[in-house]
Formats: sequence, structure tokens, C-alpha cells
Amino acid sequence: MNDFAAGLPLLTLLTVLPLIGAAIAFFSGRHARGVALLITLASLALALFIWSRVPSDGGIGLVELHRHWVPSLGIEYHLGVDGLGALMLVLSAIVTLMSVDAAHRVHHMPGLFFGLVLILESGLFGSFTALNFFHWFLFWELSLIPAFFLIKLWGGPRRGPAATQFFIYTMAGSVALLLSFLAIFLCTHSMDFGELTAMATSGALTQAVTAHLGPVMIWLAIGVLAGFAVKVPMMPFHTWLPAAYAEAPSPVTMLLTGAMSKMGVYGLLRIALPIFGVQIAQMRVPLLVLAVATVVMGAWAAAAQKDLKRVLAYSSVNHLGYCLLGIFALAIPASGAAAQASQAAALNGAILQMFNHGITAAALFWFIAMIQFRSGGLRGIDDFGGLRKPAPIFAGLMGIALFSSLGLPGLNGFVGEFLTFRGVFPLAWVAATISVLGLLVTAAVILTVIQKVFTGPVPEHWASFPDLHSSEWMSLAPVIGLMFLLGLVPQLIVGTINPTVQSLLAHWRF
Amino acid sequence: MLAWTIYISFAGALVAALLPSNKPVVVRWFALGVSILGLAHAVGGFVAGMGQGRNVIVDVAWVPSMGIHYLLAADGISRVLVLLTGIASVAGVLFSWNIDLRTNQFFAFYLALIGGVYGVFLSGDLFLLFVFYEIAIIPKYFLIAIWGSTRREYGAMKLALYSFVGSAMVLIGLLAAYVAAGSHSTGLVDLAHAGLPASFQMWCFPLVFVGFAILAGMWPFHTWAPTGHVAAPTAASMLLAGVVMKLGAYGCLRVGIGLFPHGLDPWGFTLLGIGSWRDVFAWLAVIGIVYGALVALAQSDFKFVIGYSSVSHMGFVLLGLMTLNQIGVDGAVLQMFSHGIIAGLLFAIVGRIVYDRTHTRQLDELEKMHLSRRLPFAAWAFVVAGIASMGLPGFSGFVAELQVLVGAWRANPWWAAASGIGIIVGVAYTWRALQKAFFSDALPTAHELESEQAHPFAPICWSEMAGVALLVACTLVVGVYPRILLDSIEPAVKALLAGGVQ
Amino acid sequence: MNYAALFHATLPETALEIAALLVLVVDLGFLRKATLQARIAVAALIGIAGCSAALWAVSIAGPYSAGNDLLLSAGGSAGVAQVAILILTALTLLLFIDTGFTRNPGEYVSVVLMAVAGGLLISAAQDLLVIFTGLELLSLDLYILTAFNKQSGKSAEAAIKYYLFGGMSAAFLLFGFSYLYGISGSTSLHSVILGTYRALGTGTGPLLYLSLVMIAVGLAFKVAAVPFHLWAPDTYEGAPAPAAAFIASVSKVASFALLISIGTASWHFFDSSPGTVYVAVVAHLPGTPASRPYLDFRSGWMLILVVLSVASMVFGNLAALAQSSVRRLLAYSAIAHAGYILLGLAFFSYSNTSAKAILYYIITYGLTTVGAFGVVGVVERAAGSDRMDAFLGLNKRSPLLAAVLLILFLSLAGIPPLVGFWAKFNLFAAVLRVGSGRMPITLVALAIAFSAVSLYYYLQVLKRAYVMPATDETPIRVHPVTLTLLVVIAAAVVAMGCFPSLLQDWIASFYAAM
Repeated sequence: MNDFAAGLPLLTLLTVLPLIGAAIAFFSGRHARGVALLITLASLALALFIWSRVPSDGGIGLVELHRHWVPSLGIEYHLGVDGLGALMLVLSAIVTLMSVDAAHRVHHMPGLFFGLVLILESGLFGSFTALNFFHWFLFWELSLIPAFFLIKLWGGPRRGPAATQFFIYTMAGSVALLLSFLAIFLCTHSMDFGELTAMATSGALTQAVTAHLGPVMIWLAIGVLAGFAVKVPMMPFHTWLPAAYAEAPSPVTMLLTGAMSKMGVYGLLRIALPIFGVQIAQMRVPLLVLAVATVVMGAWAAAAQKDLKRVLAYSSVNHLGYCLLGIFALAIPASGAAAQASQAAALNGAILQMFNHGITAAALFWFIAMIQFRSGGLRGIDDFGGLRKPAPIFAGLMGIALFSSLGLPGLNGFVGEFLTFRGVFPLAWVAATISVLGLLVTAAVILTVIQKVFTGPVPEHWASFPDLHSSEWMSLAPVIGLMFLLGLVPQLIVGTINPTVQSLLAHWRF
Repeated sequence: MLAWTIYISFAGALVAALLPSNKPVVVRWFALGVSILGLAHAVGGFVAGMGQGRNVIVDVAWVPSMGIHYLLAADGISRVLVLLTGIASVAGVLFSWNIDLRTNQFFAFYLALIGGVYGVFLSGDLFLLFVFYEIAIIPKYFLIAIWGSTRREYGAMKLALYSFVGSAMVLIGLLAAYVAAGSHSTGLVDLAHAGLPASFQMWCFPLVFVGFAILAGMWPFHTWAPTGHVAAPTAASMLLAGVVMKLGAYGCLRVGIGLFPHGLDPWGFTLLGIGSWRDVFAWLAVIGIVYGALVALAQSDFKFVIGYSSVSHMGFVLLGLMTLNQIGVDGAVLQMFSHGIIAGLLFAIVGRIVYDRTHTRQLDELEKMHLSRRLPFAAWAFVVAGIASMGLPGFSGFVAELQVLVGAWRANPWWAAASGIGIIVGVAYTWRALQKAFFSDALPTAHELESEQAHPFAPICWSEMAGVALLVACTLVVGVYPRILLDSIEPAVKALLAGGVQ
Repeated sequence: MNYAALFHATLPETALEIAALLVLVVDLGFLRKATLQARIAVAALIGIAGCSAALWAVSIAGPYSAGNDLLLSAGGSAGVAQVAILILTALTLLLFIDTGFTRNPGEYVSVVLMAVAGGLLISAAQDLLVIFTGLELLSLDLYILTAFNKQSGKSAEAAIKYYLFGGMSAAFLLFGFSYLYGISGSTSLHSVILGTYRALGTGTGPLLYLSLVMIAVGLAFKVAAVPFHLWAPDTYEGAPAPAAAFIASVSKVASFALLISIGTASWHFFDSSPGTVYVAVVAHLPGTPASRPYLDFRSGWMLILVVLSVASMVFGNLAALAQSSVRRLLAYSAIAHAGYILLGLAFFSYSNTSAKAILYYIITYGLTTVGAFGVVGVVERAAGSDRMDAFLGLNKRSPLLAAVLLILFLSLAGIPPLVGFWAKFNLFAAVLRVGSGRMPITLVALAIAFSAVSLYYYLQVLKRAYVMPATDETPIRVHPVTLTLLVVIAAAVVAMGCFPSLLQDWIASFYAAM
């Protein structure tokens, strides 16, 4: 088995497969969903296979390198994954599969819809495997276009402005990213992440930039951070998110929150921290402030929402804030063994949180879609009550997902948050303390949702609220099962990503 | 092999003129056959020439007493541009499938224009280049004046006169250079090696450069372009923006920079930061980029948006030429190819697919027509074309514009900064046009739905699909694997910058 | 006086005169009862036969000198011009077939032939009096030809204007010649010019200049240069089509051949000892520093030609923009073209480069003009007028005619690969090779710029033929001879444009034989 797969360009295959699927889906009309399901299942299988082939020493494996794509611009075809990348691939595959599964009521141009979803999946795969800026940027932009159209054409009543805002914000961030990297290229003639990381670690990068352009390294770092800050999102660049998440059709929201937001965090881990580590360490305090703000304000805002989708949207902001917290907290210069352990914990936590939040949030939005369908379009928090009675399975499964989001031990949401706090407390106890507020408020929010939607007296018109069909809970069961599994045996993931974490921390210099 | 592109096109033009005008089907298929044959030769010549330097194809003494030779030669740049012409000519024929009026004369003028363009790109003799350059003017006039739309006679005359004035300037330079070099020869290589004095080059270069740059749409001589493009029928505007404007840029490169390199030297004094013709033309190019983009943003006619965007993109080409470094000029030539394809695609969609069905180009009216539902092919084709035009990676424009920017940065960072603004505005106007024309948010009223069903649009026919597919494929292939062209362009540019025409 | 030699030298003119008389005899004597068509055809044929005989005669004719003075030259520019004139005349006679403006074809053709004789004389003339005689012979016949359309008031008006103008300018010419004779003491061109140089030191400068101006008046009138062009628009408009074609082509060729002779002569005496004679003359001038160029024949003549040239180019092109009559448009364009050629004459070269370029230009221009008037004539007869609107929809009414018009007008505009472009290129290249410094390149730039302007008005006519919708769609029936002629001319324009060395080599062969 090992030898058979040794020569195959697995990563290219993985990236190209959804594109081929999209081409087929465009012309498949009503059968597009079937095509999409097949392709996403195949991608998941391939992603899991790649996950199993990640090198155990934490370095980058499955490398595909072709040097001379556009030599004059330093553009090379360089792909590879380590544990982090492979985890993101698996996450993307799972979330896309969930999204396609949830989208069984797309009547208007289904071929186009599923084609766009598959293109988006390809964009995700591409950006998680890229090791050269051009390739990475290509897929970063590639995922933007389908997302825009998915919101614009199948979204809710105010989808136009939502899509526009989404597009403009993300574009602006991309421009900042591109400019910063162009500047780096002009100074170093390299666009390769590995080379640039090595240069950053040895200090050569800052020298080169200062020599060519002057003391602008900090501005380049800000530009890169801005690009990712919009995507994650980080306060105050998050304002596009609630509208986009709310107006997008739920399957698309699942993709947005489950996978696309992770592109931003991944970017911070793969690009920002390795290359601009020193600058991030210099800006650590303001960045931590912003991360904490994201956590706390996200939670507070969620508490104020009346639309279930917006509640979850802000809650996503909050959850991703923990990732940011962990990432910025570990940006401290040379440290002792204890600090290093904390750094490792924080990083592990952030990565785990990415994965777990992805699964959980996607599942939650799936549930919202089901509610919305059953209620004829309603999804206000006050529109329901006591749904536990007519739909016990529904309430049960959604409850599990909600508790996972809350961070209940035993479910997957807990592990990531725990590790993150475990790492951040020693490194930035003020930030950690304030962020605990976020935890508390989130708990309040989620419990409120459960209470208002599922418990209490059942209004007349919801007495016949249909429960989950067998097909639905069969689709959801693996996800819920995964939540339990990862909550109880996080080692499944941590075992593979910890070496990667150690390897990354060893190469980063702050 | 490459020379046959010229002969086939002219022979085809002659035959097409003689075909009966009441049998458009015959004429169309004939023209398609001729242009495909030309493309085949262009591709064959391109592939055969890969990895080779400058090849002399034909060298026959034409007027021996004056040293004028019928000299055809091709280096990497010529081969790439001949390839572009081949692709654009086939696409243009495909998108003219619905021309019914005087079809034989239409395709006769069309093929004559194509023949002239092939000739310019393949000429190795300055006189011959000029002859082909001028041959291309008259068919343009008639194509627009007879088969065009808005203000066609005015647009055609303006275009013809501007082109003619530009070529008159080139003629003066040509005569002066010929005489100054001793009246021995008009070959490009001979003139480049003739050792023309620097003071002579200092005035001859701007004359010749401006003469060619008028056709390339350099600000402020660009005003013929939007009017002409809008007035022209679809195939003509595809060719005009796609290929003919590149004639001007090619002339700037091959003749202007190739023969009079010392014209770009510093003057010795600076005025407001401008110290040489290079600075002057670079700033004019930058102004063109930004101005074209800003004006495109304000247009209410869809075709004008594309017309001004052509001015803006050609500004990139001219800026790239003025950087005078390898990467900048590479980018300029690549942008010539890329923009040729993309502009062709944009005009095809706006003109043939949308306008021929909706009979309006006003964005406000198109907004009400819900074209994303009624013409999804056009909408999605425009999405792809728009993305390519914006310069998003994966399409040919990205690498080209990036190379121009890097080259501009190395030459003068301010140029790069200003053109960066142009790119951003480019995203804005493309997105605005896309939004307004195809993806407006309003849902149709009942009344509109009724009238839509009463007057359905003609279905997309195979020729339109084939044309779009051809052009999209080209921009994708070059975008994903730019080396397919860069490998030919880079050595040729290197030789040209190193000293004379090679 | 060696009458045998004189007869030998003037064999072509004699042949023409005989043909002229023959035409009269045949037409008035034998064809009284024939139809007009037949009479016209016969007259034209005899005329063409006469031209052919003259053509043969040109090839065997030689120069003629009386004593030391060359009176008539042969070969070189004279030979080229004579052959061209005869061929162009034959073409205009072919155009005469299918017209109906006169009931006296015999007289018409004989007047034409006599005019041609005058033209031949002018082309070969090397003596002031011979020049004048030939010029008058040509001009008087042209006045008559202009008036030949007795049914048209315009024809008569034009003829009167032409005659009055022409008479006056002939008077100026003669007066100028008389001063030259006074200064130099001879009427032979070479002796005249040499004499003017010898006489420079004796204060004859102003007199020389005055005479040059007066000669310029006379000759500029002939070539329709501004400001002596006022006859041209009316004549081109009023004269019957074949006559206008004749005036526009043949008389131009002859006049420019004359100017070439003058130019060549003014350089000629340099070739034996370049610079020495001139330097010797300058050194003898009392009280003038040697470096100051005295106003001599050559520089004075050059200045006058430059002024005439610029004025013609500018005014001719600008005025043509405003015309609504195609004939008047052709007239103003003729003025403009005369301007370009005058530039070539102003910067005249010591070797025969300039002469060859000018001959090339005027021959091809003449050919194109004959064709243009042919088309205009056909359209006029079909549509009743020569306004721009008469050409509406020509493409539909007669595609072949429209194609011919396209080729001819684009050639006049100077679009490659037609011969008009090459002629201009050749001419301007010759100017630049001769003149150095800023002046020639500026003037050439001006010429090219205004040539660019000319495209506009040519396109106006072509626009009506091809673009604008027709008001009357009846097909135009063209006489087969005329059609063949026009197609042949158009084909020649294209062929000579693609292969310019054909005509160039032919012209050069005349000089090689000299």
C-alpha cells in the first residue's frame, strides 16, 4: 500500500478532484447533488488517507515540487502537508460533505450550486496544501468567487448587500496580503514559505527588507495580519460576518464557518507566525487585546441576537477568538521549558479548536437549516418553545451539538478550549482571565437557546413539529459520534498534530 | 510556415469579396475555414519556433535601388503575437455568425485586416512593416462604418484618421531614419545597427513612439478607442481591442525601442521629476491606467466600460515597455497576449451575446432584465471574463500584471504605486458592471415576467459557445502555465534589450 | 539650321500633327453619314494610332542643337515624359468613347493631338523660346478643350476663366523670359543660367529675382500651384470628363517635365567642376563677404518653389475638405499633389534621383487621375451630377466601378500597397537625401501631415459609395471599353504599388541610355 501510493501526486489529485466534479456537476441538473456527494465522499477518503501518511516527525510530507512554474516571479509549484495541513484537509472534506448533505432542497439551478460548492472545496484543499505564495493566493482567491455567488444567488432577502460586503472586505484583505508579499518578493526573490521561514528565523529576512525598502517590516506584517484578520474574522474586521452568515443559505453558512474561516487561522499559523514572528511578538499586546475583544464581544453580541443564525454567527466569532488568543499568546521571545510547554499547549489547543469548532458549528447550522425548513422559514429565538416534546431526537442531537459548542467536558468542544487556556494562562494571564468572561457568556447564551427553543411549554402550532427522519439522523449520527469520540479520545488528533506543533515551534522565532 | 498566415488571409479576403452576397452561410464557413487554417499555421509556427531565436522566413529584394527587402522574420515576440492573432481571428469569425448584411464584403474586409496584422508582426523590414500597418487601416474603417452601431460613421472616421495620423508620424520617422542611416536599407536589423546618432534618436524616438502609441491607446491620444470600440460590430471591436491596439504596442517595442534606444536616455535636466522620454511615456501610461479605470467606473453604457478598460489595460503594456528591464517588458508582451484574449471575450459577451438579444447596452436597463436567469451563459461567461480582467490569479492577466508591477517597481516605485491603484479600480468597475448587468438583486415583477415570456431571447448558438470556450481555454492555459508563452518571450526580449533588434 | 536634324528631332510632333489632320479629313470627309458613336470611335482610334506612331518616333528621335545651344533634348526626363504623355493621351482618348458631349469628335481629337504635340515640345525643350512656343501650343488647345461641351454653361465659363488666367500668366512668363535674356544674353537654358551666374556681380540680383518670380507665376499657373490655382477648380468642374482627364494628367506631366529640365539645367553646369565656378563667381563679387550666400538662380528658385509648395499643400488639402462636388475635390487634391511635387523640385538633386522620383510621381498620379475622371464621368452620366450624393450606393449599382474608385482614391490618399503610397515615399525619400538639416525634414513632415488630412475627404466619397444607403438603386451600365480601361488602370495601380521597381527600372533605363 505504501509503495503503491508513493509516486502518486496525492495532493494535486485531492485538489483537482473537486474541480472535475464541479465540471460534471454543472451539467448534471437534478443529479448534481448526487455527483457532489460522491465527490465529497471520495475527497474525504483521500483526505483521511493523506492524514494517515503524514510524517510522524512533524515535518512536511507528501511534497510535490516543480521548480520552474514562473521563475522570473519566484513562482514554484510546491505542495506539501504536515499534521496541521492534513487536519485542515480532513476538516474541509468533512464540512463539505456535511454541507452537501444538508443541501437537499436546492431547487434553483442545482447544477450551478453544487458546482460552486465543489470549486470552493477545491479552493480549500489548494490553500491548505500550498507552500508557495502564488499557489496559496490563487486558491485563497479561488474560494472567494464561489462563496460570493453562493450567497448572492441562493441567499436570503438581503443577500445582495451581504454578498457585496463579504466580497469587498475579503478583497481588501487580499490586496493587503498581496502587496505585502510582493514587497517581500522584491526584497528576497522568493515566494516559498519554507525559504521565507528559514530566512525569518535566521534574521536574514528583516535584513533584506530593511536593505531594499527601509524599516517597513512592521507594515508588511500589519498588511499580512489585516488580510487574515478579515477572514477569521478578528475584531474589528468582523462586521461582514453576521450579515453574510445570516443571509447565506445554511449549507453555505456551514462551509463559511466550518472551513473558510479556518483558512484565516491556518494562514496565521502557516504564514504570519513563521515569517513575521518577530513583528507579531512586538505587537503582541495590541493583538492580544483584539483577540480578547473578539472573544468577549463575540459572546456579548451573541447574547443580544434574536435570530438563531446570528446567535451562532457571533458565537463563531467568539470561538475563533480562542484560536486567536492562543496564537498571539504564544508569540513570546525565547523562553524556558515551562513556557515552551505552554506554547505547545496553546498551539495544540488552537489547532484542535479549529477542527472541533468546524465540525460543531457546521452541525449547528445544519440543525438550524432543519428548523428553518420545518418552521416555514422562521428562525427567531423566540419563535419556538418546548420542541423537546414533539421532536425528542432532534432536541437530543442538537443539544449535544450545543453543549459541545459550550465546551462541556466529554465533548469535542471542551478539549480545544481547555488546552488553549492551559497554554495561555501562564503566557498571558490577564488576557486569559478576561477571556473567561467569554466562556461564561457563551454558556449563558447556549443555555438560553436550549431553554427557549427546546424546553418549556409547547405552543399549539409546534405540536406537530416533525422529528428527524431516519435519513437525517443517519447523516447526523456520524458527526455527533465524532463529537463524542474526539471529546473522549482527543489523542486521535493530538497524536498526529503534536509532533507538528513541536516542529513548528522549533522553527519559529519571536 | 508562418508566412502562410499572411497569404492565406489575403487570398481568403479576395475570394470572399467575390463570393455571392446572398449566400451568407457559404461565406461564413469559408471565412471560418480560412481563419482556422491561419490559426493552424500560427500554432505550427509557434511550436516549431519554440526554443529558437529569430528566424528569417523570407528575404527577397523588393526595390533593390533603395535597399528595401520583402523580409519576413519571427522571433519569440512575433510568434506569440501571431498566435494571438490566429486565436482572435477564429473567435471573431465565430462571433460574427449572425451577420447577414453583405456578408461577403464583411469577411473580405475582416480577412484583409487579419492579413495586415499578421504582416506587421512578421515583418523584418521597416518599410514592409509600415505597408502592412497602413493596409490594416482601411478595412477597419469600412467594418465599423458599414456594420457598426452607435455613431458608426463618426467612430469609423475618427479611428481611421487617428490611425492615419499616427502612421504619418511613423512615416516621417521612417524616412528620416532611412536617410540618416545612409539610404542603404530599410531592414530592421540594418537600421538598428546603423549607428544613428544620439541627437537624431532623441527626436525621432518620441515621434515614432507617439505615432505607434496613438494606435496603442496611450493617454491622451486614446479618445478614438472608446468611440471606435463602441461603434464597431462585435468582431471588429474584438479585433480592435484585442489585436490592433497591440500593433501599436508592438511598433513601440520593435521600432521605437528597438531602433532608437538612445531616445530613452536622460536628457540631462529634469522638469518636475521627468528627465527623459522614458519618464514622460511611463507617466502617460500610468495616467492612462488610472484614468481609463476611473472613467470606466463612471460609464452607463456597458460597451464603454469595456472600451475604457481596454485603454487602462493597454496602459499596463506601455508601462511595461517603459520599464526597460527584462521582467517589465516580458510582462508587457504577456499582457499584450492576455489582454487580447480577455478583451475579445469581453466584447464578444457584451456585443454578440447580450446586445444582439437585448438591443440595449445601458446598464440601468440591463439591470431590469434579470440576465442571470435569462442568459445564464452570458452571465457566467462574463464572470470568468471579469475575473480574468481583474487580474485574479489562475488567469493570464495576473502573471502579466504582476511582472509589469515588479518591473515598474524596479524602475521607479512611484509608477508601481500609481498603477496599483489602477488595478484596484479595475476590480471595482468590473465588479460594478457585473453586478449591474447580470446580477442585480431585484426580483422580476409580474409584468416583467410576462413580457419576458412573451419575448424570449434567442438561444445561445454553437458558434457563441465555441468562441467563448476557445477564449476562456486560452486565458486559463496561459494563466496556469504562463511559461508556455514566457519561454518564447523571454529570450526575444533579452535580445532586444541587449542591443538593437538582434 | 539643319532642317533634317530638326525634322528628325521633331518626328513625334510631326506624327501627331499628321494624325490630327488625318482625323479631321476622315471625320469631316468620309464619315458625314455615320452615327455619332461610330464617328467618335473612329476619331479616337485614329488619335490612338497617331499616338502610337509618335511613340515609335520618340524611340528613334534624337536631340537637336542649333550651334552650341541645345534646343531639344531626348532621353532622360524628356523621353520618359514623352512616352508617358502619349500613353496617357491614348487612355483619355479611350475614355472619349462612350461620351456624348460633342457632335464634333474629329475636331476634339485633332485638338487633343495638337495639344499633345505641344506637350511633347515642352518636355524636350531646352530653350526659352521653344518652351514658350510649346507652352502656348498646349495651353491654347486646352482652352478649346475646356469649352468643348457646348451644352454646358459651366464649360464655357471655365474656358473663359482658364483662357484669361492663362493668357495673363503667359504674359508674365514671357516677360520673365525677356529679363533672363537680358541678363544672360541667350535663350538656351544652359547658357541662360550660366549667364545669370556670370552677371551676379553686376547688381542684377533684384532683376533676376523679379524674373524668377514672373517665371514662377507662369509655370505655377500651369501646374495649378497656390496662389495661381484659381482656374483649376472651375476647369476640372466644367470641362467634359475626357478633357478634364487630359488636362489633369497630360498637361501636368508636361509641365513638371519642364520644371525638371529647368532644375536639371540649374545644376547642370556644376557637374563638370563642382564648386569651382560658383566659388569663382562669389569671390568676384565686390564688397560682399565670401561667406554670405548671394541670391543666385538656384537658391532664389528654391525659395520660390518652397513657398509655392507649402502654400499648395496646405491650401489644397484644406480646401478639398469643404467640397461637395467630386470634380472640385479632385481639383483641389491636384493642387495638393502639385505641392508635394514642388517640394521635390525645390530640393533637386545633382544626380537624377529627384528627377526620377518626380517623374514616377507624376506619371502614376496622371494614370490614377485618368482613372478617377473615368469613374466620375460614368457616374455623372448615370446620375446626372458629380455631387457627392451621386455616388451614393455605388457599391450596389456597380460593384466593379466602386472597387475601381476605392483603389484609385486610396492610391491618391497614399495608402499602401497602392502606387500612390510608393510615389510619395520615393519622392520624400529623395527630398531628404538631397536636403540636409532641419528644413527638409520639417517640410516633409508637413507634407506627410497634410497627406494624412487628405484621407478624410477621399473617405467621404468612398463612404458614400460603400457605407451610406443608396437613393437610387438602378444598376449602372458601363461601356465595355471604359470598364476595361478602368479595370486595367486599377490593376496597374495595384501592381505597380506591389512591385514598385517595375516602373522605377523603366524610368531608370531612360537615364542609363543617356
